[in-house]
Amino acid sequence: MKDKIRIASGQGFWGDLIEAPYYQVTRGEIDYLVMDYLAEVTMSILQKQKNKNPNLGYARDIPELMERILPIIKEKNIKVITNGGGVNPVACAEAVVDVAQKLGIEKLKIAVVVGDNILERIDEFLESGIELNHMETGESIVKIKERVLSANVYFGAFPIVEALQKGADIVITGRTTDTGLTLAPMIHEFGWDINDYNKLSAGTVAGHILECGAQATGGNFLGDWESIENFAEVGFPIAEAYPNGEVIITKHESLGGKVTFETIAEQLLYEIGDPKNYITPDCVADFASIKLEDLGNNRVKVFDVKGEKETEFYKVSVSYADGCSAVGSLTYSWPQALTKAKAADRILRKRLENLNLQFDEIRTDYIGYNATHESLAKEINEDDINEIMMRIAVRSHDKKSIERFGREIAPLILTGPPSVTGFAGGRPKPSKVVAYWPALIPKSLVHPEVKILEWK
Amino acid sequence: MKIKLRDIAHGRSGDKGDAANIGIIAYDDRGYEIIEKHLTAEKVKKHFDGICRGKVERYELPNLRALNFLLHNTLGGGGTVSLKFDAQGKTLAAALLRMEIEIEN
Repeated sequence: MKDKIRIASGQGFWGDLIEAPYYQVTRGEIDYLVMDYLAEVTMSILQKQKNKNPNLGYARDIPELMERILPIIKEKNIKVITNGGGVNPVACAEAVVDVAQKLGIEKLKIAVVVGDNILERIDEFLESGIELNHMETGESIVKIKERVLSANVYFGAFPIVEALQKGADIVITGRTTDTGLTLAPMIHEFGWDINDYNKLSAGTVAGHILECGAQATGGNFLGDWESIENFAEVGFPIAEAYPNGEVIITKHESLGGKVTFETIAEQLLYEIGDPKNYITPDCVADFASIKLEDLGNNRVKVFDVKGEKETEFYKVSVSYADGCSAVGSLTYSWPQALTKAKAADRILRKRLENLNLQFDEIRTDYIGYNATHESLAKEINEDDINEIMMRIAVRSHDKKSIERFGREIAPLILTGPPSVTGFAGGRPKPSKVVAYWPALIPKSLVHPEVKILEWK
Repeated sequence: MKIKLRDIAHGRSGDKGDAANIGIIAYDDRGYEIIEKHLTAEKVKKHFDGICRGKVERYELPNLRALNFLLHNTLGGGGTVSLKFDAQGKTLAAALLRMEIEIEN
């Protein structure tokens, strides 16, 4: 057994810093590169792409990245784990095989985890009495069944562990929890018991720290953010994991960013609910038990993590179509920028009303004044304000109303308050609203499957 | 004596469906004593009057000198449905740090 492994975060979401995984594999020693590509909205986008082309439906950044890093990870024996397979992990893996063959790389084992996609099984579940009720409202999924776009179960670390045990160099999954990507190599390398919930929780906590990339190393840090050096080449976090469950979070020395008690604490609190019940498919971690020790030199020890047995359910994320929305904006300059913007909003709303358009919601924000902090924004002295952007957003189940709204923004330039500009983008176009339906499903009904792609 | 929350704590916020979470971390133990005592769920609810339309839950993480707040019914329907400019509540931690707290001298 290794006495420690170094697991590096390469992406915090699909669209994150493209150079980050390249830095991780070139600027220092690591054993694993883990990359989270999937947000809820990503799954519905990928499903749409797959519907149009059965060979798509995965994060297309992956083959491009692999072209750059495959020779390096092969030479350094770095294993890659990612959930960027989206709704088509097999096609993603095949694309990576193509890249490897093109580069002349031999003996590479790619594993794929499938089985999370239950889009085609919803009727089967409903017929057998599994109702997939909304976790918060308790409503039956029947209400939105005809509008479902994607449906995936969140798998945890264990299918990835199986893939690693089969000797995979690269593991590509569909919907896997972000934390499972980081926990899996620890279970695999250290032989942790499936019932050792404290250790599984320790690995889960490390996964939570890594899952948003540089948010653990100084990115989006609300403490003393100006003290963060070299944001331009920010180092993504690395979890140095030990067999006893202790983890030291660090980063490559030559890269920017900062790892301190404060930067790690902020990430630990990111998007959590009840800290004592951080539920994953692998365990229920207690975030209130976590202890941190700042060792200096961008090293923070995470230890004493406690946790409990996992639940008997997988979480399901269903996305469904829920009408359309559009956003328009215009910018008004000094003098009286805010007064002009507010007048424009009143005029526009009156016109929408006269047209008898149907909206579920109309919302106006004044960027430069209250768009982020709303009623908490300080009152402003208009003499001190150079410009205000009026941003108006609408949502409707009637697409025609949204389209007409898009045609009512530009006229304000010649038919409303003066010193107005900023309509270069053209008419706001309706975009489809995708909503989410969180549900639970008994683990006994869904089974992950690990497939190995191998060639000589 | 009145103190500014931003002088004794930092934090991070994000979305959990239509709820927002705000983690507030004190810079030192004395700061944690203050937020643990004064930064109640009721005060946070009142601070976000008109923004948070549901209940506010508070959780304590003394090891991290931190409190976590869950603000229900806050993000205009959540994630992709919301028309809010900050639909994911990313700036709400900063908004909470605007608070001033009255403490004993």
